[in-house]
Amino acid sequence: MIIASNVTKTFGKLKALNNVSVSCSKGQTIALIGPNGSGKTTLIKSMLGMVVPDSGFITFDEHNILHNWNYRSRIGYMPQIGRYPDNMRIGQVFEMMKDLRKNSTASTDEELITAFGLHKLMHKKMQTLSGGTRQKVSASLAFLFDPDVLILDEPTAGLDPVASEILKQKMMQEKEKGKLILITSHILSELDDVVSEIIYMQDGQLKFHKSLEQLQEDTGQQKLAKAIAQIMK
Amino acid sequence: MMRTMIKYVVLDLIKNRIILVYTFFLLLMSLGMFSMDENTTKGIMSLMNLVLIIIPLVSIIFSTIYVYNSSEFIELLAAQPLKRKSLWLSIYSGLALSLSLAFMIGVGIPVLLFDGTLTGWVLVLSGLFQTIIFTGIALLAAVKTRDKAKGIGVAIFLWFFFTLIYDGLVLLLLFQFSDYPLEKPMIALSMLNPVDLSRILILLKLDISALMGYTGAVFSNFFGSGFGMLLSVAILFLWSAVPVWFSLKQFQQKDL
Repeated sequence: MIIASNVTKTFGKLKALNNVSVSCSKGQTIALIGPNGSGKTTLIKSMLGMVVPDSGFITFDEHNILHNWNYRSRIGYMPQIGRYPDNMRIGQVFEMMKDLRKNSTASTDEELITAFGLHKLMHKKMQTLSGGTRQKVSASLAFLFDPDVLILDEPTAGLDPVASEILKQKMMQEKEKGKLILITSHILSELDDVVSEIIYMQDGQLKFHKSLEQLQEDTGQQKLAKAIAQIMK
Repeated sequence: MMRTMIKYVVLDLIKNRIILVYTFFLLLMSLGMFSMDENTTKGIMSLMNLVLIIIPLVSIIFSTIYVYNSSEFIELLAAQPLKRKSLWLSIYSGLALSLSLAFMIGVGIPVLLFDGTLTGWVLVLSGLFQTIIFTGIALLAAVKTRDKAKGIGVAIFLWFFFTLIYDGLVLLLLFQFSDYPLEKPMIALSMLNPVDLSRILILLKLDISALMGYTGAVFSNFFGSGFGMLLSVAILFLWSAVPVWFSLKQFQQKDL
């Protein structure tokens, strides 16, 4: 579904992405793992067209995404840090997104909004919200339009255990529907039962792309955290 | 799509505390200036100085800070099925619209109430142009510099340059070449600075150019003519469009 071919991106002297090629297909749930500054977010942002690669290209359903913007109606994105206009109310943020994307889907998926209890906070100003609540808004927005692809950048960072369990359940549910889900996360123990594939990045390079079973077999470890720890040694 | 975006940007901005304080401050100043003196010409003169210093300052700094503070939100919007062009132009329009609204309530309406003359209209139009032009310059400054502190510094410097340094340089030039007839180059130089251009247009309408001697006569001759007026307005339009256009080109290829 999303294919990146030999993507390279440099910021000044830093090689954020070094000749990365990766292929993500429908029905996969992929964990993007790597140390800080390994290029995970840059890779995600390139897929969203927010960062334009120096060389190489990315295709979405066999169409080059360069100078294209329509394909993003099929993606739900949850950023690492969600900040919204201070004086907007939660309700207005949802309304605005619906207004902006109204022709992409007829019905909206408001399950997360209710599960997180956001429907009771609709009148609150964004300025007054805690980081965790803003994170909940970001997550609900990503799932709102029932997109084919979900790109979640550190989705559970800042969420309390209850909320992060709700989000995980939602991810599993969407995975069953055959969606492509891309997650970056540091908290590996949380990903065990959601993830089907692992992409490991380091210093802007793609170290490997394996299925979870393959990784467990290669390292002899059942837990994802331990398997990754073994590789990082 | 753009109209929706602009609507929400404006909805957010009109509830912004700084915009509210700015509107109130402008209103207080205009009412003060007009009630101090029976002679509205004096009121217009004092307001002109206010308009040509405060309006560019608030427009450029507020817009720069707003763009930096919205960077995460802009990122999120860039991940939506929107063209970068409409996204950026919506933010610009929203900012320019809200600041213009503040100006119209604070200065525009009082001026048109107390002094409905052509001079009043020229003052109001100049103020609107200053708002639009400096919002555009702010967007260019913000998109060119990644660092927030540096970007705000650049914005302050640009304001300082257009309202003060530029005039200083022109004066310096005038003294250095005082033996030569400089009226024509002076006209060209004042055309390059939107603040000076607005000031000249207002002063000429006030009909006090006679006080400025020969230079004033030359200026009055040029800017008072239909061609001069048209050219001035055209240049103000250019100033409104060119910085925004450059900022748009930059934003379209920027890594967010």
